Amino acid sequence: MSQYYTSLDHFALVPAIMLALFGCAVLLFDFLLAPGLRHRRWLLVFVVIGQAFTGLGLWRQQSYLAQQGLTQISAFQGALTIDGFSLFFNWVFLAASFIVAVVSYRFLEIEGEHHGEYYGLILLANCGMFFLATGTDLVTVFVGLELMALCFYVLVGFLRADRRSNEAAMKYLLLGAFSSGFLAYGFSVMYGLAGSTRLRDVALAIQARDLWDPLVFLALATTMVGLLFKVSAVPFHMWAPDAYEGAPTPVTAYLAVGSKAASFALLMRLFTGPLWTLREVWEPLLAVIAVATLTLGNLAAITQTNIKRLLAYSSISHAGYILLGVVAGNPTGLKGVAVYVLVYTFMTLGAFLVVVALRREELLGEDLDDLGGLMKKSPMHAVLMLIFLVSLAGIPPTAGFLGKYYIFLALIETRHYVLAVIGTLYAAVAVYYYFRVVRSMFAGEEADRVPVASSYGLRLALGITGILTLVIGVYPEPFLRLAQTSLAR
Amino acid sequence: MGSHWLSWVLFTPLAGMAVLLLLPASKKNLIRWWANLAALAGFLVSLPLVFRFDKHADGFQFVERADWIPALGVKYYIGIDGISLLLVMLTTLVGMLAILSSWSAVQERVKEYYAMFLLQQTGMIGVFVALDFFMFFVFWEVVLVPMYFIIGVWGGPRKLYAAIKFFLYTLAGGTLMLLGILTLYLQHFQQRGFYTFEISELMKLNLSPGLEQWVFWAFFIGFAIKVPMFPFHTWLPDAHVEAPTAGSVVLASVLLKMGTYGFIRFSLPLLPQASANVVIVQVLAALSIIGIIYGALVSLMQQDWKKLVAYSSVSHLGFCTLGIFALNPNGLAGSVIQQINHGISTGMLFLIVGIIYERRHTREIKDYGGLGHVMPVYAVVFAIAMLSSAGLPLLNGFIGEFTILQGAFEASRTWAALAVTGVILGAAYLLWLYQRTMLGEVTNEKNRRLPDLNLRELATFLPLIAWAVWIGVYPKPYFDVLEKPVAQIVERVRPGYFAGRAAALHPPAASNRAPAMEAAR
Repeated sequence: MSQYYTSLDHFALVPAIMLALFGCAVLLFDFLLAPGLRHRRWLLVFVVIGQAFTGLGLWRQQSYLAQQGLTQISAFQGALTIDGFSLFFNWVFLAASFIVAVVSYRFLEIEGEHHGEYYGLILLANCGMFFLATGTDLVTVFVGLELMALCFYVLVGFLRADRRSNEAAMKYLLLGAFSSGFLAYGFSVMYGLAGSTRLRDVALAIQARDLWDPLVFLALATTMVGLLFKVSAVPFHMWAPDAYEGAPTPVTAYLAVGSKAASFALLMRLFTGPLWTLREVWEPLLAVIAVATLTLGNLAAITQTNIKRLLAYSSISHAGYILLGVVAGNPTGLKGVAVYVLVYTFMTLGAFLVVVALRREELLGEDLDDLGGLMKKSPMHAVLMLIFLVSLAGIPPTAGFLGKYYIFLALIETRHYVLAVIGTLYAAVAVYYYFRVVRSMFAGEEADRVPVASSYGLRLALGITGILTLVIGVYPEPFLRLAQTSLAR
Repeated sequence: MGSHWLSWVLFTPLAGMAVLLLLPASKKNLIRWWANLAALAGFLVSLPLVFRFDKHADGFQFVERADWIPALGVKYYIGIDGISLLLVMLTTLVGMLAILSSWSAVQERVKEYYAMFLLQQTGMIGVFVALDFFMFFVFWEVVLVPMYFIIGVWGGPRKLYAAIKFFLYTLAGGTLMLLGILTLYLQHFQQRGFYTFEISELMKLNLSPGLEQWVFWAFFIGFAIKVPMFPFHTWLPDAHVEAPTAGSVVLASVLLKMGTYGFIRFSLPLLPQASANVVIVQVLAALSIIGIIYGALVSLMQQDWKKLVAYSSVSHLGFCTLGIFALNPNGLAGSVIQQINHGISTGMLFLIVGIIYERRHTREIKDYGGLGHVMPVYAVVFAIAMLSSAGLPLLNGFIGEFTILQGAFEASRTWAALAVTGVILGAAYLLWLYQRTMLGEVTNEKNRRLPDLNLRELATFLPLIAWAVWIGVYPKPYFDVLEKPVAQIVERVRPGYFAGRAAALHPPAASNRAPAMEAAR
């Protein structure tokens, strides 16, 4: 194994380089260009070009793997691994960051907080996510995690004049730092056990030890706590509703989708990697946590009147379903996690985008009542929101059903019948609160006469998410194949 | 086009909806015309199914089969036998009439209303033609959303409560059913090495009795909520009463049949041992009989016209499930015919309530009386619908109830004796309702100048009346169509049933009135 920087290393890193390069360049450009709003749209164009290059890098990796018939490329002496799994998640991150970037333009204009840093931070957070999905080294993933988290701390508090935004950022920062501490502790114990930070070495070291070895358990427990914080599982979910509510809505969407997907990518890497041999220990723990997450997420969502908070709790409950896939732990379950993350990304993004469109100059548009009579005001938005909500509720023929389908299938396959029944019952509960939103959109009185916010970016993003939510539901074949490749490693 | 006939039937309403969405919402009459044309087209394309259906053929007809989601083994697999043929025809006809009946009743959000109805048509037809369990489940759930809107947007004062209650009940049942489906799917993979949801393949499974019973109960919850059977019926009065007229019609005539159809198409053939299990049969028969009597008693007590009709559905559907779990040809054939009958007569009864409600905006029975003097045609139509529902000979209801009772008698005399009280009570509450609203002097001044049925309204009744008389006078074609599929199901659930009967050599007394059984021997 070469000690030097090889071309393969470079090849593996291209997407991250693109993201970092363009992210920093955006910061610089914003500083150099004359003040004023006109040039901001060039920043957005620049960001999209950066994302296109990133996509190109990912695509080249994908076709390289396919051409060479490889399942993975290991770079930097095993610190990075390009495989189906990393590519799958990176596509999801890139899609999320693209959609968030294009819808933010109008939103920031309305908020009067239009600054170039915002776009830079979006790209850099995406860069952090890249390392979470790609990294197979404790230090690499930790740095990736922190890069992502730091960007999010700033993004959540981006509305400087808004007290809610500030409060949200503070809460998120404190709890986020706390959880990172746990994770760092767990990682350090793992390093102590293995004498190496490579995941495969850690895996061997843990395998060599007794199942109930206290040190191993310490590593497992602290790592788990840290990860569960990041995916907002009960009882480590407290930050999520506040952070989601206070953050600028596009950032909330990014947080709910990108950050959560990236954290699940890391969780999968660790739990199906070094921690896999401890399955006997963590499976019941995770099952309890998943059920608690489902319970709290679904029950707390019922009484919410703020749509962002409602979606926050809904996103907590979805984390519960994804965790159930990990609990099942068989190929179906792990594929289910990938499928679920994919469909969750588009339907959740879509639902938040409608909330973004409701933010207008004079109106916050976050209350459930603000959706009142949306069908009369803007049928297109109402119908799209209906599609997203039906999908979130897991009703066919929308994408959301497919995610739940896999999770239930995996649970039955692994004989977790009780978990499956609990999961189905909460799916019915979820319909109740999602349809509260539908109810106010279709049956409620028109809340105001101000038309919803609109821009090319917003329309494009709503179109993409809406179409994908339907297409994945009606013709899922290509997407299932994509998810299948994510397991080939 | 010929070989894809069933797909045309399935997707014509959806295509109609797609075009409807492009029409401008402000042109209400254009939208009404288009929706009615689309529904008429939906009915017309379904007619060739009747003419081309071969009642002597075994198995399914008009079969289409293509890959849908190969990764999961899901197929686009549709086809019909005699049972689904009748239900599809009921759906296309009643759907068309329900849409016709809404012409003047719906003035708000006309476009969305008709779009939902057409979408629902495709969903319901899909349920009855799907031969792939996954596909069935998808259509099963698709139906929920339009019905939620029909109740929740165009319904009565408590519409939102009723709509979400309907939705949650059915969805909870549906997802539990999904777990049952997935269990079969996985069992099939373990036993035969490939993933499929095709019913014909799933029938080849050998399940352990314990597992089979679990799956049976999972299906039971899904189907029983939909029917609804006795302890799960509480969503029905709310949904029926709050729904707009056309919504109630479709709900009663077609949606409830999805549950009974589920029992016949899935529970019985896929889980024959569990379905024939003594305990399960006793429990289901008991629930059916409770439903029959309880529904009838509650109907007797109602002050609200529409609620009375709603509870009568619980009673009538009890007959249908009782017929199914009699597990003999008479019971099953009678059950299917009674499902059609209930669709016809209860559909008419809801239309009748809707017409008077549109004129007077009250459904309290005490607000009416002597309407027969004011609206003679209406009174005649109501009389026919009422008598058909009460099971008067020469009308359809009699044939269904009689055949079911025959089947029940064969299974257990006690069942038949108990169920027959439902017939008597049924006649009681219906005749009493008729007496209180139609006969006597006009008691309320406001009722004196009510206009009689107009042509459009009459047009919604005539096909149903004609159908009711046809079944009542000459039911043979219906028994003919049902003979093969019913015999197959009975043979599947009770192997050797027909051989045993032939050996016993004592002809049942009622054979001349039950062609199904005659042919079975």
